[in-house]
Amino acid sequence: MSAFAESEANETFVLNLGPQHPATHGVLRVKLTMDGEYIVEAEPVLGYIHRMHEKMGENRTWAQFLPNTGRMDYLHALAFNHGYVSVVERAAGIEVPERAEYLRVITSELNRVSSHLLWFGAFILDLGGFSPLLYAFDDREHILDLLESVTGSRLTYCYFRFGGVYNDIDDNFVAGARAFIKRLRDRMPMYHNLVTKNIILMKRLQEVGPISAEMCRKYGATGPVCRGSGINFDVRKHEPYSIYPEMDFEVPVYEQGDSMARYMVRMDEIEQSLRIVEQALDKLPEGPVMAEKVPKIIKPPKGDYYHAVETARGSFGVRVVSDGSNTPYRLKLRSPTFSNLSLYGEACRGMLLPDALALMGSLDLVIPEIDR
Amino acid sequence: MNCAAIKQKLSAVGAEAISETEYDRKGFALDVQVAPEQLVAAVSVLDAEGFFIEAVTGVDWLGEQAALRKEAEAKVAAEAKAKADAATAAGEEPPPAEPVAEQGELPEDALEAVYDFNHYESLCRVTIRTRMPRSKPEVPTISQIYPGANWHERETHDFFGIKFVGHPYLVPLLLPEDADFHPLLKDFRP
Repeated sequence: MSAFAESEANETFVLNLGPQHPATHGVLRVKLTMDGEYIVEAEPVLGYIHRMHEKMGENRTWAQFLPNTGRMDYLHALAFNHGYVSVVERAAGIEVPERAEYLRVITSELNRVSSHLLWFGAFILDLGGFSPLLYAFDDREHILDLLESVTGSRLTYCYFRFGGVYNDIDDNFVAGARAFIKRLRDRMPMYHNLVTKNIILMKRLQEVGPISAEMCRKYGATGPVCRGSGINFDVRKHEPYSIYPEMDFEVPVYEQGDSMARYMVRMDEIEQSLRIVEQALDKLPEGPVMAEKVPKIIKPPKGDYYHAVETARGSFGVRVVSDGSNTPYRLKLRSPTFSNLSLYGEACRGMLLPDALALMGSLDLVIPEIDR
Repeated sequence: MNCAAIKQKLSAVGAEAISETEYDRKGFALDVQVAPEQLVAAVSVLDAEGFFIEAVTGVDWLGEQAALRKEAEAKVAAEAKAKADAATAAGEEPPPAEPVAEQGELPEDALEAVYDFNHYESLCRVTIRTRMPRSKPEVPTISQIYPGANWHERETHDFFGIKFVGHPYLVPLLLPEDADFHPLLKDFRP
């Protein structure tokens, strides 16, 4: 008689990934049903840091909600600032001076680069390579210093105001930004030599975690996830806002749909963001950074308003319903990673566990933005 | 694909009201009102046209009917006053005040489910809304058409208690697993 229990043909077991796990970058739990090393079913469990930002929006004035926007996507906080101020400006009919729009774009593109750099370091860390993280943080530190000098904070920015920005940049910032652009351009070949062309990375990412264009559509995936699947969709081009129409930049698109494609999209986007910052610095007009006639108490006319912006992770949309009072009647925050993560269950079915972790890293998750 | 063609196709499936909104002012192109029964047909039209789902959410219109009645009453009163003033100014006897019409019970307030769709290639944001009574908030699920709606509907159920009939797994997503409250309802008290 055998000392072991006789196993049935299709025996599976449940594996909890998280909520405290280094690969989930925050408190995300994935309930995996495993058949040996293979995933049968993956169910992400959300809500561990749910703070109900939407209800908070209904309890305070339009301006008082501003700091909340920087606390959802802490890696690209300025884009979330931008989405919210834009929708309120649209609703209340506030004009923004041109210089302020330039400053918004310069700072949010720098912020996008810092977000991609952090993703790059953390993603390679997930795959078991430690040192690229240190290089990426070294570069990111320069951006944080630059942004700190103008916004006053290093991570949870609240720099944009209705009708402009709260602080003007000085010559030190311009010189620092130009020096940084040159520095990062010199460093990018090193990143590619060190990481992109590394055979281990290629083996871990190529043809791993394929996501089809149709799957992106059915789940509403945006940002680098859909651009890695051959869909040329970027809100900055598709639905131009701010001064993006005047900027000359490309939208990197890769057809393969695997984790490598998403990796390449983000690496190429860093260069495109640098191009935008460079052009904006060249064209930066003189003038005020704040509109003159912004009412102290904002009361947008009754109705529904929507505005979307492109964050580092995809399309962030804000729908506000105003009843004409000084607080929002309803504030809906459509966050990109929520939709991007929703396809995870289907995408990693039948996959090996380490590959599923590579796929998760390539989605670039920011949990506070999913849970809101 | 253009917005006008979508508008025609949506009205063919029996949407109650479709309005083209001013995009620059509002941020979306088509505002479509459908009855809950027509929802699945309307969403299928968008699916066939290649739209992707942006979000599903709700709006609680508690107190809307009372506000509408108050507005209507104020309007009637203002008209009567204007008539009386005009008569006095003309040196006539003001007409006797009309008796206030007895009003029945207020109609029930509504919960609204709002679906946002967008297209990868052309710029045409479509918003579909459907209203249901607050006491029986039920609307068919669209998760069989768009699997991505699964989470959005669970979230909307968390926040508003809207029941998506036919949803495969309508358990709390963001709220605790035993949550029996709906925080975005206007009469929610923690």
